[in-house]
Amino acid sequence: MTDVIATNETILVVGGGISGMTAALEASETGKQVVLVEKNPTVGGRVSQLYKYFPKLCFPTCGMEINLKRSRQNNNLTVLTLAEVTAVSGKAGDYSVTVKMTPRFVNSNCTACGECGKAVEAEFSDEHNYEFMGAKRKGAYLPHNMAYPQRYVIDPRIIGTADADKAKAACKFDAVDLEQKEETIELKVGAIVYATGWRPYDANKIQPYGYDRIANVITSVEFERMADPNGPTGGKLVRPSDGKEAKNVAFIQCAGSRDRNHLKHCSRICCMASLKQTTYVQDAFGADANISVYYIDIRAIDRFEDFYKKVQAQDNVTFIKSKVANIVEDKDGNAVCRGVDTEGYTRYENPHDLVVLAIGMEPSVNFNNLGIDVVANEHGFLEPDEANGGIFAAGVASDALDVNRSVQSATAAALRAIQVVNRVGGTEA
Amino acid sequence: MADEKKIGCYICKGCGLGERLDTDELETIATREGKANVVKQHDFLCNADGVKMIQDDIDNDGVNHIVIGACSRRSKAEAFNFQNVAISRANLREGVIWIRPDEPDAQETTQEMAADYIRMACAETKFQNIPAASGQQGLNKKLLVVGGGIAGMTSAIEASKAGYPATIVEKTGKLGGAMADMVARIPNRSPYADPMDTGVAAMIAAIEADSNITVHLNSTVTKTSGAPGRFSADITTESGATTTDNFGAIVQASGFTDYDANQLPEFAYGKTPDVVTQRELEAMIKEAGDGPVKRKSDGKVIASALFVQCAGQRSDKEGHLSYCSGFCCSASIKEAMLLKDRNADCDTIICFDDLRTPGAGGEDFYRSGQKKGVTFTKSKVSEVVPANGSLTVKMHDLILNDDVEASVDLVVLATGLIANSGVDIDDKSAENVAQDPTQEYKVNVDSILNLTYRQGRDLPKLTENFADSHFICFPYETRRTGIYAAGPVRRPMDAAQAIEDATGATMKAIQSLEHAATGEAVLPRPGDLSFPTFRKEGCTQCKRCTVECPFGAIDEDEQRYPQYNESRCRRCGTCMGACPVRIISFENYSVETVGQQIKAADMPEEFDEKPRILVLACENDAYPALDMAAMNGMQYSAFARVVPVRCLGSVNTIWVSDALNGGYDGIILMGCRQDENYQCHFVKGSEMAHTRMSKIADTLQTLSLEEERVATYEIAITDSARTVQIINEMEETIQKIGMSPFKF
Repeated sequence: MTDVIATNETILVVGGGISGMTAALEASETGKQVVLVEKNPTVGGRVSQLYKYFPKLCFPTCGMEINLKRSRQNNNLTVLTLAEVTAVSGKAGDYSVTVKMTPRFVNSNCTACGECGKAVEAEFSDEHNYEFMGAKRKGAYLPHNMAYPQRYVIDPRIIGTADADKAKAACKFDAVDLEQKEETIELKVGAIVYATGWRPYDANKIQPYGYDRIANVITSVEFERMADPNGPTGGKLVRPSDGKEAKNVAFIQCAGSRDRNHLKHCSRICCMASLKQTTYVQDAFGADANISVYYIDIRAIDRFEDFYKKVQAQDNVTFIKSKVANIVEDKDGNAVCRGVDTEGYTRYENPHDLVVLAIGMEPSVNFNNLGIDVVANEHGFLEPDEANGGIFAAGVASDALDVNRSVQSATAAALRAIQVVNRVGGTEA
Repeated sequence: MADEKKIGCYICKGCGLGERLDTDELETIATREGKANVVKQHDFLCNADGVKMIQDDIDNDGVNHIVIGACSRRSKAEAFNFQNVAISRANLREGVIWIRPDEPDAQETTQEMAADYIRMACAETKFQNIPAASGQQGLNKKLLVVGGGIAGMTSAIEASKAGYPATIVEKTGKLGGAMADMVARIPNRSPYADPMDTGVAAMIAAIEADSNITVHLNSTVTKTSGAPGRFSADITTESGATTTDNFGAIVQASGFTDYDANQLPEFAYGKTPDVVTQRELEAMIKEAGDGPVKRKSDGKVIASALFVQCAGQRSDKEGHLSYCSGFCCSASIKEAMLLKDRNADCDTIICFDDLRTPGAGGEDFYRSGQKKGVTFTKSKVSEVVPANGSLTVKMHDLILNDDVEASVDLVVLATGLIANSGVDIDDKSAENVAQDPTQEYKVNVDSILNLTYRQGRDLPKLTENFADSHFICFPYETRRTGIYAAGPVRRPMDAAQAIEDATGATMKAIQSLEHAATGEAVLPRPGDLSFPTFRKEGCTQCKRCTVECPFGAIDEDEQRYPQYNESRCRRCGTCMGACPVRIISFENYSVETVGQQIKAADMPEEFDEKPRILVLACENDAYPALDMAAMNGMQYSAFARVVPVRCLGSVNTIWVSDALNGGYDGIILMGCRQDENYQCHFVKGSEMAHTRMSKIADTLQTLSLEEERVATYEIAITDSARTVQIINEMEETIQKIGMSPFKF
């Protein structure tokens, strides 16, 4: 039985991505008791699937290392993975929360030695790599190098098969526990921070772009995995159709965003993300690279302008002000973008090795289904409404935000939650 | 705490360590060479039983210095989380067996590697002390908030709500800042369709009603001294009256100044009162009340207004701002709506290059503008010419790809913002003049904080005058601990973001004063109780530590000795690395704790053909990169001995020269990227190390050693393959140039 001590002076953080980790760490390092609930087997969220950050082109794992170090030594913080909030009731300073715990089938004895992974034969699509280009992982696996807790996971699909027994037999430390059952725990908490983040918009819904039909049309999150040396291609930029080098790459902005048929909102990150991804193509092919960016507005807001200017200054990057009408495949497997360049109204029909859809972000949780009334806007983001009592949004649960702004938002959310529990504790004055 | 050090060395046999290594030999080494008082082996050290074994020795046997011979310090840290003891981790798993082939002929060197790590960990812990708070601490819950605009007011209100009193110091005669000049705000709530109340009046009312918030108007901060937990600030009114108060932490919300539109003569600003800035238009709308807005030149009701976006911004032209100010697109939409609200027939045209209204609310507001009949034109305005009672605007329409003209009643310039970040402390000439009271200030800006810090009076700037950090993951890490910038002084932003930003900065300020009270460091080493001390009699007052500290933590006392302000310190050890006489140390991290590790490793004879490569690796990036190389089955030379360091900035050159003198054949330093996109978590540590190492050539020359023997690299955490390659190349280099002659 999972034993978690929580009181109405405890802060619950839902979601263990960069926003949730930040909110949880900032609050717990200020002396508050925090329970962090993450539905995946590891914390880290979407940023752990990014290759680089804009605008510094540095690596998300670098900041993650610091945050994990903070988590490991933090006695005020309880991290529950494979845990999902299923019900919330009560009011500010007095919430009851039901958390469903899905079995990992591996206990805290695990040393991440990797023997169970070697023993198991079954393979499954690798979620960490967005199941891109047939990426696979074992049925007993560590989700990625920076996974925390640093503990293997047994895929429930091998339970009851010979593989499960192999995993158990391979473990010298009695860490594989095939008898683990789903359980439900009840927590009393004073404030709740939703840091539930986002999911990429379903590219299949943008029918004219042929994501479901054309091999060389991929999404920006997939391209991120492709560029990562730990990704399915070992960092090589290739055409999924034939594995040939993808030197002529197009980025389509607002794929699913700023569009009445899809997401009405602007997803904010995609312009900078595509500008960043142009550097991947430059790094791979230098002068041989040929990059096109189809855009409505380049929203390289505030100091990011510098980055935009640097990319603009490259001879082999073309910016085309146009919402691409559709994409078709030619006989060579090229993805051909068709539309009208609104600057001068000229038609184009441009073949590319690879087309990257700068896919929009939508909130991953439907806040209308929390079981407790909260105010969300029509885009599904949680509003900063006083009616929400002790429930606050951090990061992309509040709006489409980049990492830096998510961290800002999460730090602010931590203070708002502290205000509530301090009020409960009578320490606010 | 017992004064006597009792070392317990615990060697794990799990994860293949027992099979791959001769742990009995390691036990003997720990006893005989490591001088461990208690040495035990365990089949599975990190399980409950293993941990209990260690805890029992701590509780019952007085063991207070622990050596864990098991996995990397990055693994199982929760299990080996013993309180009130010094812990040293000998990395036998990721650092030895995982990076060496499991083959008989590799066994000897693999065992030697493990043996050295046991020796090194024992040596390290022998010279470690258990850190305890200095006793300098005190809890001061009060926040100083500099600036009474939206961000500053938010900070004070939010701090008070959490139970922390705040004092606002505002330069002008009223609260509200730039927002007080506005008629309405860009909406921050669904449906994001109409301008909304600025909220300034409500915030002022909340502040006035709050006994926890003190406000000083017409006042500036004329002196700030001290450190988190014990800041002292002089608050001086216009008339010169000064009050002094103490604070735990500071939020600097000093806002922005409008870009000077007089620098845009092409847009006829100053030539006619009908070309105005956004702020001037707000004043005109205020004056008009609910009636139609009239233009200043002749009182005519404005029937058409054209907004020039990015006026003097996003431009490389001399005197222009290169950045985008972030708020102006939405502000123009808002003002166009306000004009239309007061005169439905008023034509409003927004000339933009890229319309930047990001997020959900931004895009809704843009759409609402379109619905309300605001015209958006992608065009570049080149000139505004007053003509016959109206204004002719010349522009290149980017959609028509043609030069066109428009005739309008009013032109509004969306000029940007300039951060009020005080003096540029990196401009040494200005700073030096400023410190000399007999000379006039050469700088035309006033200091915001007037810090008495040795390194300068204000927050260091990052770029374009903004007082920001350069971290994506940790946006609040300014380079002055306990002082957090918030709002447009940090980066361009609108009011909604400034409110969010100020709330976040307040969180960090509160955390900082709480940490100062317990003596703990803040990010990136939260919880660390160690702090630098120095042996005064050895100090030569060379000032290197005060100058090189990335956080300006060190001042000088009256006798010109360095004064370490522990709560300003981030514990990187750059001072320790800087000190030429090696008198600066932390309880658990010192010239000795690392130096003795270097000495403790066994040094084979020259003719054994077993070179030794010392790797000093940044614990945040290079060390994890090496760990991950191991996790991914990569292999590197068995001759490497890796020592993690807090920051490459803490590397004292004595370690390098001692290692060379002691017979090491090669030395590799691995730190973080150090340029304007630095990744060093201590900002300048890596840079300092690179500079110091560039001077190591002299040492090599004196010893008649080849310069290839010492190499410094910038390593990212993802560089696993590269770290391995670098180590292996060093082994090859040594094969080429030969073994060091300094083996005794």
